[in-house]
Amino acid sequence: MGATRLGLVLAVVLCGTGAAYGIDATSLADPVLEARYLQLTHELRCMQCQNQSIADSPVGLASDLRREVHDMLLAGKSDEDVRAYMVSRYGEFILFRPRFSWRNAWLWFGPPLLLLMGLGVAVRIVRQRAALVATDPDAADDDGRA
Amino acid sequence: MNRFALPLALFALLVVVLAIGIRHSPEKGIIVSPLVGRAAPGFALPSLTDAHQRVSSQELKGRWYLLNVWGTWCVECRAEHSMLMQVGHAGVIPLIGLDWKDEDDHALEWLAQLGNPYQAIGVDHDGRTAIDWGVYGAPETFLVNTQGVVVYKLVGPLTRESWTREILPRLPRPASAGF
Repeated sequence: MGATRLGLVLAVVLCGTGAAYGIDATSLADPVLEARYLQLTHELRCMQCQNQSIADSPVGLASDLRREVHDMLLAGKSDEDVRAYMVSRYGEFILFRPRFSWRNAWLWFGPPLLLLMGLGVAVRIVRQRAALVATDPDAADDDGRA
Repeated sequence: MNRFALPLALFALLVVVLAIGIRHSPEKGIIVSPLVGRAAPGFALPSLTDAHQRVSSQELKGRWYLLNVWGTWCVECRAEHSMLMQVGHAGVIPLIGLDWKDEDDHALEWLAQLGNPYQAIGVDHDGRTAIDWGVYGAPETFLVNTQGVVVYKLVGPLTRESWTREILPRLPRPASAGF
């Protein structure tokens, strides 16, 4: 009795999750196109839900945009054509992977630059301290305490 | 003195960067349309109210107009409808409707109930025209000038404030329809 119930619960739970993942039923006959389709729909943002890709979103606009990607790929357009089409309508925000431009250059270079500056400061402080210890005759026995 | 100079300079730099970020950040959740300042996409759609007619950008050439994207499934559209009625009555600028992914009979019922502020309504069943305009949620309203250039895009319901603060000042003659 208990086992049957558990089985039923498991069956319901498993079927439920199966259905939830089946948002996009589109498939292309050509496996190469299919792979590009999956790649593109995963890197385009659903503008209505914003933190999902159009591949993951059940919203009407997302399915419309998937249809556009599908049709453009069948029409022989390149991945870059599809991205340009989306960006010209929705702006760069639709790309989950933003393109490099001079406007966002500081976003790319800022963090490593700050890290380098921090390292520089740390190295300088350590060197100064080391020099202090070397010249201080008391440093050896009271380990820096006044 | 000297040991404070560098941190102070860095702090000042940070303040400048953050100030720019705050000043340029668009309103929360509103995405600046790349369409603003560019030619409005062309369209030719079946009319909702007249089966023999089409609503097209060609007909609207040389005129200022407001394109309002709506649908009966859209809750905020109901909220902005009375404002649209006022704009329609004021007659300052033609109001063109884009009925987005909607059922025609629902839309006609909506207009019968709430009134029809639009000069013409194009029906976009498959959502292709809306995609061309970069629409991502209704209601959205576009202001287009005589050269067919999109001058302004409003995301969200048209209100008295957005009408008087954003749309009226962009129109050529000092329009008096401030209600």
